[in-house]
Amino acid sequence: MKYETIIGLEVHVELKTDSKLCCGCSTKFPAEPNTLTCPVCLGLPGALPVLNKKAIDLGITAGLALNCKISRECKFDRKQYFYPDLPKGYQITQFYAPICRTGWLKKEFPTGRRRIRITRIHLEEEAGRSYHSGAGIIDSDYSLLDYNRSSIPLIEIVTAPDLRSPREAKEFMEELKIILEYTGVSDCKMEEGSLRCDANISVRRQGDRELGKRAEVKNMNSFRAVEAALEYEAKRQIELLEQNTPLESEETRAWDEGNRETVFMRFKEKAYEYRYFPDPDLLPVIINDDWIKGIRNKLPELPNSKRERYIQEFRLPKDDAALISSSKPMAEFFEAVLKDYSGEPKNVSNWIIGDLVRLINQEKIEFHQIKLKPEALGQMLKILDQGVISSKIAKTVFEEMFYTGNKPEIIIKEQGLEQISDVQLIQEIVVKVMADHPQSIQDYLSGKKKAKSFLVGQVMKETKGKANPGIVNVLLEKELEKIKE
Amino acid sequence: MEIVEMSLGQLRKLLDNKEISALEMTKGFLGHIAQLDPEINAFITITEEEALFAAREADARIAKKEGITPLTGIPIAIKDNICTKGVKTTCGSKMLANFIPSYDATVVTKLKQAGAVLIGKTNLDEFAMGSSTESSYFGLTRNPWDLKRIPGGSSGGSAAAVAAGMVPLALGSDTGGSIRQPAAFCGIFGLKPTYGRVSRYGLVPYASSLDQVGPMARTAKDLAVLYHNISGYDPLDSTTVPLLPEKVNDLPQGLKGLRFGIPCESYDKKIDPGIKEKLLLVADLLEKAGCIPVEVSLPSLEYAAAIYYLIAFAEASSNLARYDGVRYGYRSEEQTDMISMFRQTREEGFGREVKRRILLGTCFLTPEYYEDYYLKAEKGRARMKKDFARAFLECEFMLTPTTTVVPNIIREKTDDLLSKYLSEVCTVAANLTGIPALTFPCGCINGLPVGAQLMARAGKEETLFRVASFIEGELGVVKGGIR
Repeated sequence: MKYETIIGLEVHVELKTDSKLCCGCSTKFPAEPNTLTCPVCLGLPGALPVLNKKAIDLGITAGLALNCKISRECKFDRKQYFYPDLPKGYQITQFYAPICRTGWLKKEFPTGRRRIRITRIHLEEEAGRSYHSGAGIIDSDYSLLDYNRSSIPLIEIVTAPDLRSPREAKEFMEELKIILEYTGVSDCKMEEGSLRCDANISVRRQGDRELGKRAEVKNMNSFRAVEAALEYEAKRQIELLEQNTPLESEETRAWDEGNRETVFMRFKEKAYEYRYFPDPDLLPVIINDDWIKGIRNKLPELPNSKRERYIQEFRLPKDDAALISSSKPMAEFFEAVLKDYSGEPKNVSNWIIGDLVRLINQEKIEFHQIKLKPEALGQMLKILDQGVISSKIAKTVFEEMFYTGNKPEIIIKEQGLEQISDVQLIQEIVVKVMADHPQSIQDYLSGKKKAKSFLVGQVMKETKGKANPGIVNVLLEKELEKIKE
Repeated sequence: MEIVEMSLGQLRKLLDNKEISALEMTKGFLGHIAQLDPEINAFITITEEEALFAAREADARIAKKEGITPLTGIPIAIKDNICTKGVKTTCGSKMLANFIPSYDATVVTKLKQAGAVLIGKTNLDEFAMGSSTESSYFGLTRNPWDLKRIPGGSSGGSAAAVAAGMVPLALGSDTGGSIRQPAAFCGIFGLKPTYGRVSRYGLVPYASSLDQVGPMARTAKDLAVLYHNISGYDPLDSTTVPLLPEKVNDLPQGLKGLRFGIPCESYDKKIDPGIKEKLLLVADLLEKAGCIPVEVSLPSLEYAAAIYYLIAFAEASSNLARYDGVRYGYRSEEQTDMISMFRQTREEGFGREVKRRILLGTCFLTPEYYEDYYLKAEKGRARMKKDFARAFLECEFMLTPTTTVVPNIIREKTDDLLSKYLSEVCTVAANLTGIPALTFPCGCINGLPVGAQLMARAGKEETLFRVASFIEGELGVVKGGIR
């Protein structure tokens, strides 16, 4: 019997704003507990929320990037429940009229390209953070509360149940992250909790039309955890199905990273227990065409279309195009180099994917922190193409540029790295090297081809790597031929 | 004349002519409070120290002739559901009996900037839920006109304080009549401003879409001056309207040609015949002044009380969720875990009426009732707005009773909830439709004051001040009670 896994995601994304959704407090992280608070985000009696326009801008941005319809009237509701880290006893969110509806994200899966539908995106505020002395609030001796996070703006992106495997869920999340980073909506740091996702998952027999009862899986703190948790949960549900004891009611489960299993938390609350109603403290925000147009005009080219363009326009291999377009600063760097450099784009991507990424990883910095200027790389590539330096020397120059930010021509000049193409000079060195290594010549003559490479190496060593390797090769060949004769 | 009987203008003159210092004046009022308040119990907190400090500052301003406003050096009382930095703000509840706000409400900031002397925090029905000031955790307030009677509510403390001359001015809050009904019961002026004209930032909310802070005073002019000092757009309250504050120093006198509407629905048989008589007298005066009476119809007024309670309770159930014992306010000792902390804290911290309203409001917002109750009430509210808009095509203002009864004996009617709720029909309409409404004293019945209400289009407070000022001039001061 074949089974089908049906997955829908609810993705929570903290927005990249300087201040909170409903007050002017900073969103800085990390910070001393309870230092970034005010009467509003502490829910003190009488304090009132005032919306952050930037948060609405970013909500619209996310909606446009995901092909959503933007609501013309953006309204806020109260979601009511009691919990110590929820200072007002309700969360300001959007239930009845979310800011975005019905969009999609196109994604290339191993099974082909598909559109994953976005059902809605709504804006809301974060609660504070609880730190329990025990496992949970009920069995702890005490709990500590930090309201720094209280009222930080968030969007929740809800997908239709369009994903068909844990792997697809993971890949969808990766794609979504790239888009949200690109558009400046969020910095999407899963480890800091600025990107979180819950998944609704159910299984059914292949060919069945009706969906099975679903479980909501929470607490997946990395892309890998998303895949692992959903794989576990799918397997568990299939086993239940095979034993003829499928899920009877919807439940919420938590991924236990240590034990690598999902654990039952509770049966799902019905939406009505939250008693949603329009927040009378916030008037509807009217979003007009100009507002949307303004944001649409500022929207950067999205990774998907960059990827396509790199393949079409720059003839990059698929993998290079995908890798470079996956990071906005990297893609911008790549394109900036090509503004100065009219050579083969693949040369540029090679240097970025190879040496640059290696050095960045080695130094544990972020791409946007590098000292290397795109013009400098373009210049270096030009010099390399002209044969002024060898590709070996280029590596030295590149490292120097990476660490100092200096221009290549200055590095080459100061360190005397220019390639030696003077035939006479090289000839002299070749002769000297051959005189110094008679054994190698014997070896070569007796058929050991490797000996020639050794000799080339010695010439390069003598010239500190600056000799034009092509010329060295030709001259050495000639000399060896002479001896042969 | 004693200072406790003087109007703002008279007090201003004394201060500006240096016949009396702000410090002496403040001490005078504090003395009056010390004498009367043990019996009336209008105040929960008297901020003597802060008041004397503010009075000295006002004297310094007056001496330098710098930054003097109409309120500089004038003592004012603040209802105890309006946040005052460093001064207890209890809302008349055990829940907040020891709550000291870390910030000032915008209206308080404005008064402080104007140089007013904040003299104390006044009693109210718990969380402003009531119309008698009997449900306060800090004891009931008595009506200065007859100590056996209620002062009305929920701003009963402010009304009694102003009526008894303990202060010339006070701030109240009005969600369904909480300024106007006690003002009427205590024979003073009270205004519920247009929704959005006065900042709610720092007003502890009861029902956010209905609440407004407003002035209470003994003359129409004093009322206008206080209103102009607290009104205006506030970036901290998204529901305030960005309009320039009006400037009115002298109210214009002429009323000729103004049409006044008499809504037939508000003069039904439940109204006390004595009150009706007073209203007709006022109508006569208006006609003599050249106003034109028109009969208007507000069919939806019949549902006003029902709509009001559905919306107010629903919002209240949400607004009062934050009192959970976690961060501030009362926390029950009888708790073993999170759930019991929430439950016991709220069980012990809130009084009966507050719990009743929270429970009903919670119920109205559950999906079983949301559509039939809450949404229907919102529809009714929209209908009322239309009715009023139509009626205001035919008139510039309306005249109605403020209350249908005179103040009752303390504890007399507490059990008759329905009639208590229904007596608020005349006042709740202004909150539901967002329009301004003013109550003014228009005489006495058996030694008890009677108030009449004026309503105008949104933003037309000036019309109300003009009319009230005219009638005040015609009727003279309505005097009575202890001063």
